Amino acid sequence: MIEVQHLTKRYGPTTAVDDVSFRVERGEVLGFLGPNGAGKTTTMRVLTGYMPPTDGKAIVAGYDIFDQPIEAKRRIGYLPETPPLYPEMTVRDYLTFVAKIKAVPKRGRAARVNEVMERTRVADMANRHCGKLSKGYRQRVGLAQSLLNNPEVLILDEPTAGLDPKQIIDTRRLIKELGGDHTIILSTHILPEVSQTCQRVVIINKGRVVAVDTPDNLTSRLRGSETMLVQVDAPAGDDVKHALGIVPGVTNVAVAESHGTTSSYEVNSDTGRDVRRQLAAVVVSNGWGLLELRPLRMSLEEIFLHLTTEEMPHE
Amino acid sequence: MSNVLAIAHKELKGYFASPIAYIVIGFSAILFGWFFINLLYYFDRMALQAGGGFGGPQSVNVNESLISPLFLNVSVILLFTLPLVTMRTYSEEKRSGTIELLLTSPLTDLQIVLGKFLGGLTLYAAMLGVTLVHIGILFWYGNPEWRPVLTGYLGLLLMGGCFLSLGLFVSSLTRNQIVAGMITFAIFLLFWVINWIATFTGPTTQNVLNYLSITEHLNDFTRGVLDTKHLVYYTSFIAFSLFLTVRAVDSERWRG
Repeated sequence: MIEVQHLTKRYGPTTAVDDVSFRVERGEVLGFLGPNGAGKTTTMRVLTGYMPPTDGKAIVAGYDIFDQPIEAKRRIGYLPETPPLYPEMTVRDYLTFVAKIKAVPKRGRAARVNEVMERTRVADMANRHCGKLSKGYRQRVGLAQSLLNNPEVLILDEPTAGLDPKQIIDTRRLIKELGGDHTIILSTHILPEVSQTCQRVVIINKGRVVAVDTPDNLTSRLRGSETMLVQVDAPAGDDVKHALGIVPGVTNVAVAESHGTTSSYEVNSDTGRDVRRQLAAVVVSNGWGLLELRPLRMSLEEIFLHLTTEEMPHE
Repeated sequence: MSNVLAIAHKELKGYFASPIAYIVIGFSAILFGWFFINLLYYFDRMALQAGGGFGGPQSVNVNESLISPLFLNVSVILLFTLPLVTMRTYSEEKRSGTIELLLTSPLTDLQIVLGKFLGGLTLYAAMLGVTLVHIGILFWYGNPEWRPVLTGYLGLLLMGGCFLSLGLFVSSLTRNQIVAGMITFAIFLLFWVINWIATFTGPTTQNVLNYLSITEHLNDFTRGVLDTKHLVYYTSFIAFSLFLTVRAVDSERWRG
């Protein structure tokens, strides 16, 4: 449903997003996890067609966001970091305006606005000016806005930021409900949020994808095991996986990425046991080129440290 | 087209939800009324002198001596009011982040620009609508020709369109609406006075300066003359400014 290939975005000399690739399947809820300034917002802005990438491409709901922006945008709902509200409009007027520009047919537009207001629990504020809403309501009106065109893809940039604990729980429940009908990417810098709402997580730091996995695997990987990233000059296949898997001390091998003739693997091993020497030997003896071999654990841990320390004041 | 209208409608509602529409319409109504009274007294005196008060053969023309100068004075009003109309168009959307909504909706940049232009133009038309009262009074008590009045209004609409499109472009360059307003005002002023030194320069420079002046092109319109030269000037001015606005919005996307 969403395919991001080698996405790079540079602002002048600074690189905000650096060669990011991932996929999201239909109906999946993908968490985009990373500290502030990691490139989450930039990636989302590229995916929604707000800005073009410097390099690489993004295909959303079957349309290249850069080549066929109108078709792609029809199928996207987007909640930016700050909800894009017009303070002088009432909630109902605002949602009606958004429905118009999102090509919701005139027949049934009013009903759709009502339906979305009910769903996001903002109906009681329908005639209130957007500028007079509390932070929680603003966020929910922003969410309502993104649902109007019944999008196949929902992109939510920190949907729970600034909400109180009860609102956070409500919003997370709503997002979970929406998953299945919609393909969702949500960004957050809060670790537990991901485990509660998402089926898969992309961890991004300094513009690069550090890990892609399910929340459970990520947490277990952190506990008591070492992870190596091995990139070899061979197409992804079971023989590579198998060869790496039988190295003594290795507990699990997973394909991390594969591009044509090269592929990379995440290799878990028992703690305190350095398997790098053996891994290298296995790769070389099988005649594949060893392109990269580095431990992942440290960098992951660093990020989690960031994430968990930032979580403290929130909950 | 429905997208353009949706944006235009939103812009118009925005003007009337804020004090801007009332300030602009009120201010221009007062100023226009003031010009009207002044020119009416002046016209009255001229008519007395010309006809000796007894409707002699040398009677003065209402169109030439009253309506035409009145229309030309409108450019002064536009100089001060139209920067207020355009300064927030893009700047405010950028500052508040609503630009993100517009640019991620299934709209083209051109549709957004045209919608905003149309919204501003409608407010400006409402502003001109007030002046119909004064012109109506002249038709009620006098017998002016209607053709110069019609072309005059067309000219005013086009001239205002130039100011609006230019203001829109300036607003698309900054997120600070005060800066947008000031720069727009400065450029308007420049276009307004650009031909003041024309009489002291050589014939070629004089022609160029006169051609550039936004107000110079209004003269013929107020006299009932519909010259393609002026139509081309105004429409290409508007088209070029709107084109620049689209490019500015697009380049902003690339720079992020």
